[in-house]
Amino acid sequence: MATDTLDKKHTDHDSTANASWDGAEYPFKVGYGKLMIWYFLLSDAFTFAGFLIAYGTLRFSMPSWPVPDYVFSTFPFLEGHHPLLFVTLMTFVLLFSSFTMIRAVQEGHRENRRGVAIWMGLTIIGGLGFLGCQAWEWTTLIGKEHMSVTTNPFGTHTESGIYLDAEGKESSEVFAAGTTYLLHKATFGGEHAAAADHTEETAAHGEEAAHADAAGHGGHAYKAPGDYPDAVVDERGYIHRKYIVSDGEHAGRTKSESFGPKAFGALFFFITGFHGFHVFSGVVFLLIILINVLSGIYVARRNGNEMVEKIGLYWHFVDLVWVFVFLVFYLL
Amino acid sequence: MAHDYTGAKKIALKTIIILAVVTVVEVLVALTGKGYIIEGLHAPKLIMNTVMIGMSLYKAYLIVFEFMHMKYEAKGLMLSVMLPVCLLIWAIIAFLYEGDAWKGNRQTVQERSKVEVSK
Repeated sequence: MATDTLDKKHTDHDSTANASWDGAEYPFKVGYGKLMIWYFLLSDAFTFAGFLIAYGTLRFSMPSWPVPDYVFSTFPFLEGHHPLLFVTLMTFVLLFSSFTMIRAVQEGHRENRRGVAIWMGLTIIGGLGFLGCQAWEWTTLIGKEHMSVTTNPFGTHTESGIYLDAEGKESSEVFAAGTTYLLHKATFGGEHAAAADHTEETAAHGEEAAHADAAGHGGHAYKAPGDYPDAVVDERGYIHRKYIVSDGEHAGRTKSESFGPKAFGALFFFITGFHGFHVFSGVVFLLIILINVLSGIYVARRNGNEMVEKIGLYWHFVDLVWVFVFLVFYLL
Repeated sequence: MAHDYTGAKKIALKTIIILAVVTVVEVLVALTGKGYIIEGLHAPKLIMNTVMIGMSLYKAYLIVFEFMHMKYEAKGLMLSVMLPVCLLIWAIIAFLYEGDAWKGNRQTVQERSKVEVSK
């Protein structure tokens, strides 16, 4: 065997150097499974890094990018703007579940089966809570704000200006360069509005009421796509408000709001979705291992519940990735 | 084990509290820097981003070295995981630099088409 010749070579000057590879102890002093989960997590880290770097590259290549504290400012049951509040709550849910996970691992080292089960149970609840929060966040973005993988209604002004009112004259609404806006969607055509004239007014107003911040054009109902004095409504119903540019080389010109960087929606849904999928599969693994813990299978192994430690590593990694997703999507 | 059960419990509690506090500070920095908390105050982006990236890296360090127990593993294991991650430093620099160059190109294209229209 090849190892025999290696052994002979080395024993001359160092007889203890090969002890690790003789089977007497573990290389790196960890079990095979634990070492391999580390290398799996390393490869997973590169996958996430690839996604986040793609996000950074595209963001750097755009003249403007949606401001996160405008985009992520909704909170369940609360009206108005609450920048970053909900996503901070999500982060806390995940952090808490990370803490309960490490407590489960510690109880596992003591071979305390009951303790492991309780703390793992709490971790599962935390994971499900995080997934619930994400589901609400996605529902709001897709259902209420009409963002999709290919459409990004969150644009950012690159110049200062004044919005036009319903008569096409300058209103009192002024904005500065760098302000992010949301293209609201008018509800017309389709099934309901075309069928009965009287419902169309309420439908349009219902949509407006959902966005209390959209003051100024709340009293206007756009009945069909077209060019209105204060906005252009496109075929899909997105309202592009008109404004007069007040600085820069285009000063004095009338323009209408355009869609934001197209890749924003795809990047957001794919990266947070990929992370959410990790959380989801983590919950599934946690459940399987919890069942095994309860069945007493790891007690028989007498290795300090190493399996709990492995899922713990995975779970902390998910939290680690969230630190960076949180940083690049919500903070920067 | 590098430390006993009660000691480990204490470290875990301490780590989670630090992580929570750092997260809150990060959010406050992000909001304060953009003028949400103190009216009219806007911090320069460069300082804000450096602070937030630094705090996130500190959080990552705590998660990997305390929660994931890397601090108490063999040095060889630590190096075999941490050294490959260093490759990302260059990846980030190179890609963001390239992204910035695209922005320049886009502006050049726009200016050129403007010149052609005015001719």
